[in-house]
Amino acid sequence: MKSGGSLSIWFFTGLCLGVTGALIFATGIYEIMSPPANKVVLYELHANVWWGAILLASGLFFGIYFSPANERKRMAGKS
Amino acid sequence: MNLALLLLSSNTLVHLSGVDLVIIVFYFALVLGIGFYLKGQANTGEDFFMAGREMTAWVAGLAFLSANLGSLELMGWAGNSYKYGILAAHWYWIGAIPSMLFLALVMMPFYYVCKTHSVPGYLKLRFGVGAQAISSVSFALMTLLMSGINMYAMAVVMRVVLGWDLNFSIMVSSLTVAAYVALGGLRSAIFNEVLQFFLIWAGALLIPILGLIEAGGWKGLQAKILQNLTEQHAANPGSYTHLWSTLGNFNANPMGINWAGIVFGLGAVIAMGYWTTDFLVVQRVLAAKDLRSAELAPIIGAAFKMCVPFIVILPGLLGLALLRDPQGQLLRLVPADLAWSPAGQAQGLHGYDEVLPLMLARYCGPGLLGLGITALIAGFMSGMAGNVSAFTTVWTYDIYGTLINKNASDEFKVKMGRWVTVIGVGISIGTAYFVMRQQSIMDYVQSLFSFFIAPLFGTVLLGMLWKRATPAGGWTGLLAGTLSSVGMYAWVKLDPNAVRYVALSMDAQDQAQNMFRALWCCLICIIVTFVVSMLTKPKPDSELKDVVYGLTPIPKAENVGWLHSPYFWGALVFVIFIVLQIIFW
Repeated sequence: MKSGGSLSIWFFTGLCLGVTGALIFATGIYEIMSPPANKVVLYELHANVWWGAILLASGLFFGIYFSPANERKRMAGKS
Repeated sequence: MNLALLLLSSNTLVHLSGVDLVIIVFYFALVLGIGFYLKGQANTGEDFFMAGREMTAWVAGLAFLSANLGSLELMGWAGNSYKYGILAAHWYWIGAIPSMLFLALVMMPFYYVCKTHSVPGYLKLRFGVGAQAISSVSFALMTLLMSGINMYAMAVVMRVVLGWDLNFSIMVSSLTVAAYVALGGLRSAIFNEVLQFFLIWAGALLIPILGLIEAGGWKGLQAKILQNLTEQHAANPGSYTHLWSTLGNFNANPMGINWAGIVFGLGAVIAMGYWTTDFLVVQRVLAAKDLRSAELAPIIGAAFKMCVPFIVILPGLLGLALLRDPQGQLLRLVPADLAWSPAGQAQGLHGYDEVLPLMLARYCGPGLLGLGITALIAGFMSGMAGNVSAFTTVWTYDIYGTLINKNASDEFKVKMGRWVTVIGVGISIGTAYFVMRQQSIMDYVQSLFSFFIAPLFGTVLLGMLWKRATPAGGWTGLLAGTLSSVGMYAWVKLDPNAVRYVALSMDAQDQAQNMFRALWCCLICIIVTFVVSMLTKPKPDSELKDVVYGLTPIPKAENVGWLHSPYFWGALVFVIFIVLQIIFW
C-alpha cells in the first residue's frame, strides 16, 4: 500500500527489520569473538547470529524490492 | 532521576545492554518518523478516519490482527497457558477463527456497501439514533477506560521486567502514540500496526523455536509437563496438552468450564461479538480499497491468528516444563497479586504473566532481548493506537456529528479528529493514574467490556439478516441485553450461589461465568428485539436498501479465479482450523 507519497509500508518494514537484524547479527558475531561471562540457555546455538541474519536478509529484500526507485519503475511499467 | 539510571536499574527481571537500548530507541524514532511522513496525506475526513479507503487486503488484514495483538494479550495469555495449559488456545482458535470468517463472508458486505464510518454508524442507518447513541457512548467510554487500564498495566509490567519508572513508561509510550495517530490519522495507525505485526513475530518467534529444541520437541514437552505437575495440576493432567477431551465436565479441567461454554458462550457469542462488532478491529477492514479486499482482510488475519498460539500458548507450556530458579530447582509461578505483594517480592516470586519475559531472558542475549522488549512495547502501542483511532472516529462521527453538531464541515472534523486524538490519550493517561489509586477496578473492567459486546452482536446480526427488525426493537433489545448482563453479574456478586443458575454449575470459574453470561444476554437481546419488532411498525423496504440481507445488492466480484476468491481462502482456513482441533483433541 502506498501513502500517496513514494514510500510503501513494506519499505518501512524492510528498514526496521534490516537495521534491527544488522544490530543483532553484529552483536552475535562480537559474542562469538568475545564470549560473555553469563551465557543464556542454548548459547552454543548462537541464535543472535542466525536470527539476526534472517531478519537482515528479510529487511534487505523488503527494503530493496519496495524501494522508491523500484516502486517508480513498477509505476512506469503500469502506465 | 537520571534517564540512564532509570532505564538500567539493576533490580529487574532482565537487564538491557547498550545495543538493546539502541534497538528500542530506533523503533520509537521510526514510528514517529512514519507519523511525520504521513501527516500531509491526512487532509480529508476519508483520509484521516478511514485511511482513504485504499488499503490492500494484506495491509488491512495485518492491521486488523495487530490491533488485537496487544502486549497484555501476549503476556496475559502466555500466563494463562502456564496456568490452564493448552485450553487457553481456545481463545485463538474457536474463539476467533469462525467469527473472523463470518465477518469476512457474511457481515462485511453490509458494512462495506453502506459505506459507514463505524459500527455505531451502521446502527444509525439500520435502527436510528437511539441504538447508535447507546452503542457509541458505551463504546467511547469503554475504549478510553480500557486504553488507560492497558497503559497502567503495561507500565507495571515494564517496572517489574525492566525496572522502568511508571510515569516514564506511561508518558513516553502514550505521547508517542498520540503523536503518530494525531499526525497521520488511521493511515498512520495502520502503517505502524503492520510494522508492529512484524516486530512482534520477529521478537517472539525465537522463544518457541529454542524452547522446543531444549524440550526435545512436542513429545518431550508433553513428557516434561507431566513430570512437573504439582498436586493441583495432577488432578487434570490431560487438560494441559489436550484441547477438548477434558471439557466433558466443569470439574475435569483447571479452567472450570465445559464444552458448551466454550462452543456457545465463547465461540458463538463473545468471539462473534468481538470480531464482528468491536469497532476497534472492524475499522481496519472498513479501510480496505474494495469489497474483495475487505472480505480477504479478515481471512488473512484469521490465517495468522491461527499461528499466534505458537508465540503465546507454546511459551507458556514451555515455561511450565523448563523454567528453573538460579539453584536449578523447578520454578513455580504464582498469581500476580501474590507475586507482586511485598512478601512475594521478598521471596523472589514471579507471577503467571511473567512467563513470557522469563522465557525471553532465558534464551535471548544482547540484541535479541532488545528486540523482544521492543515487540512487547510494539504490542502495547498497536493496541493503544487501535483504541485511540477508533475512539476518535466514534466521537467525531457518532457523538459530535450526530448528537451535537450535525452540520460540521469535513475540514472541521479532521481538525477535531487530531485534537480528540490528543485529548483521548490525555483522558487515558488520567484513567491510568485513577486506576493506580483504585486498582480493584481492574478486576471488573473485563466484565464491563463484555456487557456491551455480546448484546451488540445480537442487535447487529438481527439488523443485517432480518428485515422485519424495527428501530424500537433494535434499541430496546440492545438495552435489555446490556442491562440483563449487568444484572446477572451483580446477582452473582451479591449471591455467589447464583452461579448455579447463571453458569449452570457451582464448579464454574470466572471464565465460564463470562461465557454463559454473554450467551444469556445475547439471547435476551435477540428475544426482546424479536418481540418488540413484531409489536411495532417496520421500516419500509426502500429505507433498508444497502443495510439488510435480501435488500442489498452485493456487487459481483470482478472476474477473478478461485485462487483470488475469498470463499476459497476462507474454506482453506476453516479446514486447517478443524485439523488443528483434531490434532490437539
